[in-house]
Amino acid sequence: MPSCVIWEKCDGCQKAERTACMYICPNDLMVLDREVMKAYNQEPDLCWECYNCVKICPQQAIVVRGYADFMPLGSSVIPLRGTDSIMWTCKYRDGTMKRFKFAIRTTPEGSIEPYAGYPPMDRSKIDDLYLYSEPDTLMGKEIPLPPSKK
Amino acid sequence: MGLTSADFEVVEMDTDLLIIGGGMSACGAAVEAKYWAGDDIKVLLVDKAAMERSGAVAMGLSAINTYPGWSKDENTIEDYIKYVTQDLMGISREDLVWDMATHVDGSVHLFEKWGLPIWKDAEGKYIHEGRWQIMIHGESYKPIVAEAAKRALGEGNYLERVFIVKLLLDENEPNRIAGAVGFSVRENKFYVIKCNAAIVCTGGGVHIFRPRSVQEGLGRTWYPPWSTGSTYAMMGQVGAKLTQMEVIFVPARFKDGYGPVGAWFLFFAAKATNIDGEEYMIKNAPEFEKWAPYGTIKPLPTCLRNHAMMVDMRAGKGPLFVRTDVAMQEIIKKDPKRVKTVESEAWEDFLDMTITQADIWCAYNVHPEKEPWEIMPAEPYFIGSHSGQGGAWCSGDARISPSEYCWDYKGVVYNRMTTVNGLFAAGDGCGGNPHKFSSGSHAEGRIAAKNAIKFILNNRDFKPTIGDVQKLKEEVLRPLDTFEKYKGYTSVPDVNPNYIRPRQMLHRIMKCMDEYAGGVTTMYTTNKAMLEKALQLLNFMKEDSEKLAAESLHELMRCWENYHRIWTAEAHVRHKLFREETRWPGYYYRSDFPSMDDENWRAFTVSQYDPASGEWKMEKVPYISIL
Repeated sequence: MPSCVIWEKCDGCQKAERTACMYICPNDLMVLDREVMKAYNQEPDLCWECYNCVKICPQQAIVVRGYADFMPLGSSVIPLRGTDSIMWTCKYRDGTMKRFKFAIRTTPEGSIEPYAGYPPMDRSKIDDLYLYSEPDTLMGKEIPLPPSKK
Repeated sequence: MGLTSADFEVVEMDTDLLIIGGGMSACGAAVEAKYWAGDDIKVLLVDKAAMERSGAVAMGLSAINTYPGWSKDENTIEDYIKYVTQDLMGISREDLVWDMATHVDGSVHLFEKWGLPIWKDAEGKYIHEGRWQIMIHGESYKPIVAEAAKRALGEGNYLERVFIVKLLLDENEPNRIAGAVGFSVRENKFYVIKCNAAIVCTGGGVHIFRPRSVQEGLGRTWYPPWSTGSTYAMMGQVGAKLTQMEVIFVPARFKDGYGPVGAWFLFFAAKATNIDGEEYMIKNAPEFEKWAPYGTIKPLPTCLRNHAMMVDMRAGKGPLFVRTDVAMQEIIKKDPKRVKTVESEAWEDFLDMTITQADIWCAYNVHPEKEPWEIMPAEPYFIGSHSGQGGAWCSGDARISPSEYCWDYKGVVYNRMTTVNGLFAAGDGCGGNPHKFSSGSHAEGRIAAKNAIKFILNNRDFKPTIGDVQKLKEEVLRPLDTFEKYKGYTSVPDVNPNYIRPRQMLHRIMKCMDEYAGGVTTMYTTNKAMLEKALQLLNFMKEDSEKLAAESLHELMRCWENYHRIWTAEAHVRHKLFREETRWPGYYYRSDFPSMDDENWRAFTVSQYDPASGEWKMEKVPYISIL
């Protein structure tokens, strides 16, 4: 089914206009049934199992049940995403557990200043080969031309 | 009453630059464009999803596959061109690859600065997976890159959940972009956006060929199911030349989950074997000589590695396995302390980018150090940024590219401009420039954006004139009206002779392409008669697409996605028909032209649809090396 919503846990993001899962799903699959205030995946067979709804759900109400075409039942892969790392709990069908923690980001969320440290825009450079952060981000190097043009 | 076009508000917007898409190339285009735009040029980005998790990197990635590292003297650009061209059996727009490669290090260095964790050794150097690939902790790769793009654009300068479905040519000036139309998938709003220049940054094409998993697993494609060929369809429809549309990509991956094998082969030195324990790559090496010189130079092209698998599959030598067990045992033998690290690295490779594959190992009780898992060639994909190369035929930069590959608008050459004036392409949309992957797509978006701003500066007096908005609205929203008009005709809405629902059309496209155009059913094999049959069926589909019916905004999106798929499929079939050789065995085989013909076909195939007459023209463009 890929992602599915646990009835007991989903609170419909407290009647928000858009639930977190609706906001994030890259394939526009998540829908809130306003009558019961529960979200659901409207096209489970077009789910990529990207886990973005699972990661973002504030109630941890979304899990993935592997594709019925080829997945035996009984396993689970559960992420817990923080601001700088993610924890994964992988449970085998036979009960084996594996836990992993990986870094995800080295800077605080919302801190990116894309132009900080680069010179202000100068239109006289619109025709040169250098992009805004260059040559700084090319370790100061000159952009090489192909042998046929040298 | 259901939803009809009458319920829609028309939202008209004006911008100087329109960036269509929100993935890696669009985010690159956004940061670069906004810098050069200053305060007097307006930039608007429109994404079908939420930028934070849209495009092919939505799930994350475990590696950056294009990092030449020339700026740190790790490699030369010359070597990179040779590698890419060799992998694509002697054909790439070397000029575009060169240009991308000179900037891609810079994009990667920006990612690191923005917060992407890149693996490093004790000396602080990036850890390579292969010569051109570096390892990352990439779960949040896309949120990081999107944050930079959104910060640069500023609130109000990007629209999310708006699906652009059609480009508009100017009514007064021939062959010149003037805008685009689309709709919100969340509100009853029809968007008409006028622009001076546009960059198409949308993704590749999935679910055009039928996947191996067809029921619930339909969605577990290797490339994401939201990449629906819009790129090629929208540009092709307004007459932009397309190139190399026959070069689809068949990824060989861990079976069913399509988890990455690159780290296993390159980083952990795993081998792949058939059921007799033979390494199919070694056993079938004589096959490679048939595709000399590319088959006899290392590294062996991706398609030939597939071909070696397919030879054994046809011979009934499956299942084929990636010997994770042997590789892990070797590592344990050499350095037992490394085992924990290796295990974590191996699982991160899946958890960063193909979580399903981790779940598969859990569900099947697979312990990779004890038993291997199957490898399988997937269904074909349209992708201009990996080892495929379909996309728009774009101008190069006169300082880098051969003059034959450059064209001007009013005397000025614009890098990455398509053959439609003011229309640019990047990422999966720019053809003949493979192996860009995520980082190169970002860099290419930046190149296109700087040139698009230059185009706008040089053409500031342009006033876009578009056609009748009411007519466009009716055309784009027609599936809603069709459903509403006929839904009561039968006792169930799904079976109705007056219309076809998007899901039904999806299966019709996939069946046709799978059976006739070289899908998995025929082991990627096709011929002239089969391709002509596919064209005939696609033509029926094009006619029937006028009867697509949608019950909701979501279904309206699906209708247009399928319309784009039909278009992409047609371009693909026409290119496959035109190229009379088998150059990429392992991606597809022309049974009527089973060999490679370097003398006649080491050239680019270029197609052009004429929006006025509805005719397609094919041409062969000579290959020019820049080395």
